[in-house]
Amino acid sequence: MTLLPETTEKKLGLVIDLDTCVGCHACVVSCKGWNTENYGAPLSDQDPYGGAPSGTFLNRVHSFEVTPKEGAAQLVHFPKSCLHCEDAPCVTVCPTGASYKRVEDGIVLVNESDCIGCGLCAWACPYGAREMDQAEGVMKKCTLCVDRIYNENLPEEDRQPACVRTCPSGARHFGDLGDPESEVSLLVAERGGMDLMPEQGTKPVNKYLPPRPRDAAIDILAPLLEPVATGPKGFLGWLDKALEKI
Amino acid sequence: MHPAPSVILFTVLSGLGFGMLFWLGAGYPSVTGWSAFAFFTVAYLLAVGGLSASTFHLGHPERALKAFTQWRSSWLSREAWLSVASLLFMAVYGAGKVFFAANWILFGGIGAVLALTTVYATAMIYTQLKTVPRWNQPTTPALFVLLSVSGGALLTNQLWAALPLFAIAIAVQIYAWKTGDTALVTSGSSIESATGLGDKGSVRAFEPPHTGTNYLMREMVFTVARKHAMKLRIIAVVLLALPLLLLLASAPGHLLGALAVLAHLAGVLTLRWLFFAEAEHVVGLYYGKR
Repeated sequence: MTLLPETTEKKLGLVIDLDTCVGCHACVVSCKGWNTENYGAPLSDQDPYGGAPSGTFLNRVHSFEVTPKEGAAQLVHFPKSCLHCEDAPCVTVCPTGASYKRVEDGIVLVNESDCIGCGLCAWACPYGAREMDQAEGVMKKCTLCVDRIYNENLPEEDRQPACVRTCPSGARHFGDLGDPESEVSLLVAERGGMDLMPEQGTKPVNKYLPPRPRDAAIDILAPLLEPVATGPKGFLGWLDKALEKI
Repeated sequence: MHPAPSVILFTVLSGLGFGMLFWLGAGYPSVTGWSAFAFFTVAYLLAVGGLSASTFHLGHPERALKAFTQWRSSWLSREAWLSVASLLFMAVYGAGKVFFAANWILFGGIGAVLALTTVYATAMIYTQLKTVPRWNQPTTPALFVLLSVSGGALLTNQLWAALPLFAIAIAVQIYAWKTGDTALVTSGSSIESATGLGDKGSVRAFEPPHTGTNYLMREMVFTVARKHAMKLRIIAVVLLALPLLLLLASAPGHLLGALAVLAHLAGVLTLRWLFFAEAEHVVGLYYGKR
């Protein structure tokens, strides 16, 4: 069914901290590793060891340079995967009903046995979250590791998306963003979590935490870190004095 | 957007075919017997040929019938229903014309309306996408319908309608280019809104997520031949205007008619190629491209 549910019981999603992400791409690797051998068709690569490698990924990390009006430019690493939108345009355009949004937790999934591989859902997504697998001819996207988060065969600490479990800097958080008291919702409220491309009207569930201002924090300590003696010492000091006298 | 040949052929040929069916269903020209057979055969070859070309770009064409299920939300699904309904109504109407010299205007009328609605639904597949601001405006369905109806009028030899429709189509196309060229900027989507970092300063794509290319870039960040866009626009307009000049001759024969049809076909193919190649998808913003 490609009509979107009026509401979902939960709004499971990710909160991604752009302040702490170090751009290591570990989430990309763990995502590919888990999802190539679990839900649905494997994530194929084309010409992986050749001159023009290309492949299917559900999560990719961009890097952006932000130059403020004053002060130094800052590099922001920017992981991007499906945002499990409330008004997901990728779902409503699907002609076959392969794309759907789950009522129980809001996860957007593709039923691969119904997918005809027309690619229209990938066109409808503003975030580039859907990629057609070139070997299988079906659309692949982030499942929020639906086969991990409810999986009672896994130890409890592993019942979260692979990208969240693996992130070494704690930049990724998983939870119910529909519950205002959940840890992720409190984090979003505290840090001013934001939507990507709000003008597209997709109402994304995933939120991004903006980078904290850096230079302001350094300014407090900077006066204490001034060097005590600025003049040269030793041989250079003698040379400096000698040259001054000439 | 990647100008896939299968999708260009599909929209151009089926547009012409359904345009012909519109005029035939409306009773222009009012032909019967072998003459009707010839007209209906050409129309069906174009419409059905175009529709089957559209399945070539599918990952799983064997599941194409599933595309009929989601008509409540999906324009692609609606197009599937409308095209089949139109072809069925027109088949009954055509059979009446060819075999019984009968004019079952109810079937023809409904078929003609369905044929136009099919072309409208095809256009809405593109128009509905907010992610492609150049397409997301009323000129898109207007142009698809105008080009279909004018081409159909040319192929059914309804020059009284074809010539003014060509002039209107060219005017709307030029207007669509004018608004389309600024559509991405006025849509409000930018690298700043895409990253949410706009309030921190100016944002530049520093490093892409991968060293090579990927599906998204091949499909939606197609920027290759845009440098020729202006030349192609002029070529397309000249080709579209050619039938106007050719057919203004006092008694255009079959040769001039065939030339006019070929010029029109080449013009619409060029326009449709530009329609895809010039369309900027907002995902390109994440790659610092448009």
